[in-house]
Amino acid sequence: MTDLSVHHAEDQHAGKAATTQRAQRKMAPIVPAQNIAGRALVLVIAIMTFLSCLTFGAVTLVRDTASVWENQISREATIQIKPVDGLDMEAALAQASQIAGEFPGVKSARIVDRDATARLLEPWLGSGLNIDELPVPRLIIVTIDENNPPDFAAMRAAITPKLPSAALDDHRTWVDRLVAMARTTVTIGIAVLALMLSATVLTVVFATRGAMAGNGHIIEVLHFVGAEARFIAREFRHHFLVTGMKGAAAGGAAAVLVFIVFSWWSSRNMATPEADQATALFGNFAIGSAGYLGVVLMVLVIGALTAATSHVTVVTYLSDIDVRQPDAG
Amino acid sequence: MIRFENVGLRYGMGPEILRDISLQIPERSFQFLSGPSGAGKTTLLRLLFMSLKPTRGLITIFGKDRSRISRTELPHLRRRIGVVFQDFRLLEHMTTYENVALPLRVRGREEASYRTDVTELLKWVGLGERMHVLPPVLSGGEKQRAAIARALIEQPEILLADEPTGNVDPPLARRLLRLFIELNRLGTAVVIATHDLGLMEQVDARRMILAGGRLDIYD
Repeated sequence: MTDLSVHHAEDQHAGKAATTQRAQRKMAPIVPAQNIAGRALVLVIAIMTFLSCLTFGAVTLVRDTASVWENQISREATIQIKPVDGLDMEAALAQASQIAGEFPGVKSARIVDRDATARLLEPWLGSGLNIDELPVPRLIIVTIDENNPPDFAAMRAAITPKLPSAALDDHRTWVDRLVAMARTTVTIGIAVLALMLSATVLTVVFATRGAMAGNGHIIEVLHFVGAEARFIAREFRHHFLVTGMKGAAAGGAAAVLVFIVFSWWSSRNMATPEADQATALFGNFAIGSAGYLGVVLMVLVIGALTAATSHVTVVTYLSDIDVRQPDAG
Repeated sequence: MIRFENVGLRYGMGPEILRDISLQIPERSFQFLSGPSGAGKTTLLRLLFMSLKPTRGLITIFGKDRSRISRTELPHLRRRIGVVFQDFRLLEHMTTYENVALPLRVRGREEASYRTDVTELLKWVGLGERMHVLPPVLSGGEKQRAAIARALIEQPEILLADEPTGNVDPPLARRLLRLFIELNRLGTAVVIATHDLGLMEQVDARRMILAGGRLDIYD
């Protein structure tokens, strides 16, 4: 066409070979695959997802344990009969046990016998104790159907007139205190999780914006070669969705690994004193399906968040690209 | 094709950089835009390219009033204008071929449909051998030609070039100028912003001189 083309006529053969090669090679992505800021973004997202998932796992663990405490305590109530003059203790125990046993919602009423009572007192009063010589109150343990608890007020009203020295303790005070404690723990856990999630959201937003800052020239070039705003936004959204998902999946996978290791450790050490202590406090270390579902949800949300942030950044960049000061020329 | 009537431009509350600019760029015309550094050549090119809006006056581009062109219409009109930036603005992670094909790619065209066109154009500007090379490896002149090829790939009706010979030696500057003349002969209107008097003397073309924010036209 011009002397420029004549200049390179001899390149035709090489050009043909290159064209064939070109056909086989995949086009470079419009947004470059990774740079330092991109790698840092993946790492930041992975760390924040890992911490968020651990917090989430811990909160579900505490919540499950709290509900177990609550149920275990409320499974039982106690009738205490104090010895008074002229009271036939055994008859009173049998009568109270019978009254309690008749109430719907009571599974069984078991009298703590003389020997068991003596054993209970042994740490304080020593062995070889004759229970009958001492004014020791006696207990009946009432086992309750948790799903259909009895009417404790009615039970109390039925027992007290017949046995004035009997007292029904439905452990309400204990249960209330434990429930309050458990709820406080769960509330604190949820607050910590909320803070963690907020920190994750902000970190992801700022890290994405940081990574986007290095891409301003690409947005500008695409804009000036006639790319539509939605095309540019889509390219960046897709790129950052993949980046975000990569980081979040790595963080989530690490958290799941920690859960699995803990649950394996807890099952391996079952019936050892350490494990029993840990189980008594935290229940089983196994994170339920809610925990794993939470991890998956978090990975998806963080990926979407990264994509949305890049989208907003592109749109903002494009909206003021045409009013920015040019270089003098 | 493009018409300016008493156009003025200022940034924010600053002084007017361009004052009462009136010009007309007809189809298939060839003109130089010149003036000292800082005179506002790039700003005037940005107005021509619809990358800035004037603070006063009327600009008509392809028969449309600039102030009535919506954001969604802009990309379509921009495809009719080719721009060669002073700093090339090639994407460094893409090969020469990919950079030149970019305007077609952003329109969603399949690579197979434009492969031959891009290859031919690259050969025409003398980059047949450097097709699969990344910009950092290219010389200043090669980058310049790649930027020109990118501006031409969509066969624009008008080509705006900002200091296209600023980074090249005089022989290559002459070759690039011949490229622009050839392009003009094929039907594209050309506006070359330059302060290279030597370059302007080689062609008998219209000269638009910017000084002190005003434009003088010498036909």
